[in-house]
Amino acid sequence: MTRITIDPITRIEGHLRVDVDVDGGRVKKAWSSGQMWRGVELILLGRDPRDAWAITQRICGVCTTVHAITSVRAVENALQMEVPLNAQFIRNLIILAHSVHDHIVHFYHLSALDWVDVTSALKADPDKAAILGESLSSWSLNNKHEMRKTHERLKNFVNGGQLGIFSNGYWGHPAMKLSPEVNLMAVAHYLQALEIQRHANKIVSILGGKTPHIQNVAVGGVANPIATDSQAVLTVERLLAIKTFIDGLNDFVKNVYLVDVAAVGAFYADWTKIGAGVTNYLAVPDIPLDTKGTQFAMPGGFIEAGNLGSYKPITKFGDEYWTKGVEESVKHSWYNYDAKGPLHPYQGETKPNYTDFKEDAKYSWLKSPTFYGKVAQVGPLARVLNMLAAGHEPTKKYATATLDTVSTLAKTKVGLDAMHSTIGRHAARAISCAVQVDMLADQWSLLLSNIGKGDTKTFNKPTFPKGEQMGVGFHEAPRGALSHWVVIADGKIKNYQCVVPSTWNACPRNEKDEPGPYEASLMNTPIAETEKPLEVLRTIHSFDPCIACAIHLTDKENDTTISVKAF
Amino acid sequence: MHAVILGIGNIILSDEGVGVRAVEALEKAYRLPEGVAAIDGGTSSMELLDDLSDLDLLVVLDTIMAGKPPGTIIRLTGEEVPVFFRRKLSPHQISLADVLASLELIGHLPKEVVVIGVQPVTLELGLDLTPTVAAQVPQLVALAAAEFSARGCALEPLGAVV
Repeated sequence: MTRITIDPITRIEGHLRVDVDVDGGRVKKAWSSGQMWRGVELILLGRDPRDAWAITQRICGVCTTVHAITSVRAVENALQMEVPLNAQFIRNLIILAHSVHDHIVHFYHLSALDWVDVTSALKADPDKAAILGESLSSWSLNNKHEMRKTHERLKNFVNGGQLGIFSNGYWGHPAMKLSPEVNLMAVAHYLQALEIQRHANKIVSILGGKTPHIQNVAVGGVANPIATDSQAVLTVERLLAIKTFIDGLNDFVKNVYLVDVAAVGAFYADWTKIGAGVTNYLAVPDIPLDTKGTQFAMPGGFIEAGNLGSYKPITKFGDEYWTKGVEESVKHSWYNYDAKGPLHPYQGETKPNYTDFKEDAKYSWLKSPTFYGKVAQVGPLARVLNMLAAGHEPTKKYATATLDTVSTLAKTKVGLDAMHSTIGRHAARAISCAVQVDMLADQWSLLLSNIGKGDTKTFNKPTFPKGEQMGVGFHEAPRGALSHWVVIADGKIKNYQCVVPSTWNACPRNEKDEPGPYEASLMNTPIAETEKPLEVLRTIHSFDPCIACAIHLTDKENDTTISVKAF
Repeated sequence: MHAVILGIGNIILSDEGVGVRAVEALEKAYRLPEGVAAIDGGTSSMELLDDLSDLDLLVVLDTIMAGKPPGTIIRLTGEEVPVFFRRKLSPHQISLADVLASLELIGHLPKEVVVIGVQPVTLELGLDLTPTVAAQVPQLVALAAAEFSARGCALEPLGAVV
């Protein structure tokens, strides 16, 4: 038995440590441990609920906007407020642009190099790579010129004595299986994605005032005055610029991202049978279409044991089915509760009790959330499966198209079952991204037509009554269901708890000692080389952990430490 | 001149936020000319790619763990900058290093990078800087502004107290 510990060195975002016991070339046991205490809840106590969003968006450098949005939704829910239509549409545009950005960057820049061997791309024939690319899609930059240029650039980079950002990959690892031409095409798209992701960022920055920390949200709406005749505000001209960026994203997502994911899925078909783990899937509805949050463009709900027929929808902001279902256990977390057993977030406590890593007792700063007592996976896969279960037509369209492409390339029928896997999470992220690019265009049209009707309202002023109010805000963030739970007493925050997507997925064992989604997904994963556990990274990265971080690998048996860049 | 003054750090971890606080102070103290932007980068990474593309100058304000007495200001430039990231003197070495490496890859790297940082007293949870580090914010702002004067592109003071 070999114990492998994978521990990121960064202190600010990721802080994820994964330990696996490997025996006979397979993972037999796994532990996922959050290595940093998130104490933001304590900072919020006693503060004005209208300020919470600006503070919570500092929880994480990757997910700034999502915490801002969720926080104002929580306070609005506590105050039973309605939000003007324009504000919903503007928030929706920010949410969707952020999500599209996040998905593109995650696939190409934070995880593709788990599957793509950059050094192999050097051996490719660029012209053959172009022929392959042109056979797969109509993307204009799959041509010979572009592939030759990429090949040349890569060669210069390597000949310059350093691989730079590619320096610490698992190049030549036996689990790397793509042909040199596919690798070269992927590297070309990696570079193109660096340019394309700017389109999404520009949308957020036009609407949010600034990136990475948006400044336009407010409890009750958004701080974007709308006018058709002033430069300082949201003008028709700016709205038209947004449309141009949406069109650029659309081309790339449909003709490159979706196709690449299908190709990786087909060439790594064995990975459709690895990494399923927890198949209870939880997603919250999002992209509200009315002022109250009772109609949504993206459905959400809960599916048990991978059975789409078990789908039960969450139907509105503050839906009791959602609100009553969530609990968090600290049996294996570095906290103590005064009460016994798991607690509902409204009663949630944040009392640290660090014990060092005790694999049979406490070993993580993450709490362990459950939905009606059940461990649940969140994220794009949960989102896509719930949307399919809800009969969401656009999701059906892109899921079918993607699985068809995989089937054609793999020369075997690949069905929906393949989605319950490591590669399935990547496919779901791309499908979700395609659906969300279409929604961006829809929300843009809705905003324009609403302004066209003469409605320029963007804000309802909140009023805080005496006494106590409780509210929950939820948001289907790029990494999955995010919720903020606030208790307000006499206009001040009395309790605040954030239940974040990575908590759902990366949580330690729960009250019943059941493993969390990361832990469960690693079981029986084949490991070719214990000192280079690329396979562990593939599955963990498929969940999109919060940061692309350099990590230390420690093989305790041989007492060797290897520094590895995780992307 | 196309330049960015980038404050990085996490404002909920006390002195960790000094770079962001300095950028806020700088925006109050100077009128930034066309082409020069002050950015509160927080702990972001790839979101900054666009803003940091094709710059003549990038001035990074940050916390620096250099084993010096708390409040010590350190300025790094040229060859020292990659060393700064490699030795992990900054808590953000990973994310900003990734952004710079990506910019290098697509040929949009800033022509010049200067890092000005302060040795923290503590990185405990909290929204306020310690008095020792807070007292250095005006100096940090002045040093950032001096980078522009030294390049013949002095920032125009607004007359506000830093």
